[in-house]
Amino acid sequence: MSQDPLLSIQDVTVEYTTQGKRFAAISGVTFDIAEGETLGLVGESGCGKSTTGRAIIQLPRPTRGTVQFEGTELTTLPYDQMRQIRQRLQIIFQDPVSSLNPRRKVKDIVAEPLVIAGISDKAEREGRVREVLTAVGMDPDITMERRPHQFSGGQCQRICIARALIMEPKLIVCDEPVSALDVSVQAQILNLLEDMKERYGLTLLFISHDLAVVKNISDRVAVMYLGKFCELASSLRIYEAPAHPYTAGLMATIPTIEAGAQLETAALSGEIPSPLNPPSGCRFRTRCPIAQDKCASDEPQFREIETGHFVACHFPLTGGTA
Amino acid sequence: MADNSTSLRLWRQIPFFKREEAAVSDRIKDERRLGWVFWAAFSYIMALILLTISTNFLPYKDPAFQDYGFINSGLSAKYWFGGDALGRDIFSRVIHGAGISFSVAFTSPFIGMAIGLLMGMSAGYFRGRVDTVVSIIVDSILAFPNIVLAIAVLFFAGPTLPNLILVIAFYTIPQFTRIARANTLLYAQREFVMAARAQGASHLRILIRELLPNVIIPLAAFSLLVMSFTIILEGTLSFLGVGIPPPTPTWGRMISEGVEELVENAWIAFVPSIFMFLTILSLNLMGDRLRQFTDVKASNA
Repeated sequence: MSQDPLLSIQDVTVEYTTQGKRFAAISGVTFDIAEGETLGLVGESGCGKSTTGRAIIQLPRPTRGTVQFEGTELTTLPYDQMRQIRQRLQIIFQDPVSSLNPRRKVKDIVAEPLVIAGISDKAEREGRVREVLTAVGMDPDITMERRPHQFSGGQCQRICIARALIMEPKLIVCDEPVSALDVSVQAQILNLLEDMKERYGLTLLFISHDLAVVKNISDRVAVMYLGKFCELASSLRIYEAPAHPYTAGLMATIPTIEAGAQLETAALSGEIPSPLNPPSGCRFRTRCPIAQDKCASDEPQFREIETGHFVACHFPLTGGTA
Repeated sequence: MADNSTSLRLWRQIPFFKREEAAVSDRIKDERRLGWVFWAAFSYIMALILLTISTNFLPYKDPAFQDYGFINSGLSAKYWFGGDALGRDIFSRVIHGAGISFSVAFTSPFIGMAIGLLMGMSAGYFRGRVDTVVSIIVDSILAFPNIVLAIAVLFFAGPTLPNLILVIAFYTIPQFTRIARANTLLYAQREFVMAARAQGASHLRILIRELLPNVIIPLAAFSLLVMSFTIILEGTLSFLGVGIPPPTPTWGRMISEGVEELVENAWIAFVPSIFMFLTILSLNLMGDRLRQFTDVKASNA
């Protein structure tokens, strides 16, 4: 909104071929991330959250669209220049155990980005590994010589975070980083991410299907449905006054602890349609409680209904009208 | 019986909800041990290797020396396993012959493994066209009738040990390629490979640093099974008379010579057969155990 965004994504489409058919896992996704902010990305399984995260780090490269990071266009960047950028653009995965090579020692795993970056001084590498392991709350003396299977899931995720942090990146894509962890450990990891964000001046794209987690950690939240963005607004706004019926439905599924509160079980009914054959017009219309004829014929544009509040719906629940 | 009922009583003393746990921990303990079968097989192979090495400096009888007084003689103090149809010492010939079997068994699988790793890992990692080309190569190798090709090559290139080793190595390539490919496919989907790519690691670096340490362990365990296959193939070729030519003793040739005397002097074929049988059995038992062992570790990790 103010200066140039750290990351700017325009009209990104990622297509895959399955059973001889091409289909778009995400289509026409557009958003910015400002420096220092945390953008939450929520949606049901298979809606393209992870694909969006991976399109940012160019694994795989998007089929169409542009991804600009610090003013550099990534989609057309040659391989060796992309390698330089990768040091500033890291990713943390959902399964911390699978993210660490079972046959390598923790010190080698965490030092790997340094080796790739060409830092050949062994003492310097070890110093930086110790520093970053300490930062994520692991004791380097105990940790460094061990292998990943000697650690718990939460500890493995700390090691993953250490590996992501060691090159001091600008942006970290967190792909469901706490979904595989126990609730008590989730809180520790979320706090750690917050601390690290402050300490290293990070910008985060936080992907999750857990609305409560996203609410706590994000400055802004984007909601995805079937490969498209439905709504994007500040965290406060989207939880208080959702404009898209899908967002409203999701919000209604968050359990509350208020006395006498009843869960609206019918808030979202039906199944997600197959992305191989998405519905015409608005993709949510098959499950939308307020869908009308227009929703089947015209695809709603992703437009700004209030400052900083974007929605893709013909009949938004709050703000302007169609 | 008494033992059995005691253990049953002890089992009943374990609270119901802990039985599963006890059974699981017992199973884990078993899986962490190699077991006496493995060590018996290992001892046999080591003893045979030491015997083979000792032929270089211990005064065994010359395996080619013909003692006409001992033609087709039975077991005796002078000739432990008797003499064959030409009066040669069978014991000496068996341990010298083990040398040929082991030099094939310890070289061919590793040549095959190197090529198999290269092809299998490329196929499993890059998929697509590379995978297609590799599977065509593997299928072509399997399509050659192995004995016929080996006979042809050894006939034209000469029946020397290096040629024998290379021909046999050629036939170990498909098995190694398939196992390398399957394990690469398995690990290439893990997120640590994606993480390495996100750090900017090159394909070569991912293959060598991330995938190779995971793929080579099941392959090394499997190589013991391939060793027994190579010993059989070498024996078969020698039996057919296309292996290492005389006077060098080989197990296959000894068996083939013994067959002529089978009716009256069965032990001449029997002794090398027993040695070959025990060697192959031992290698298979060790290979099977090691394969299980590494599988368990991989799934724990």
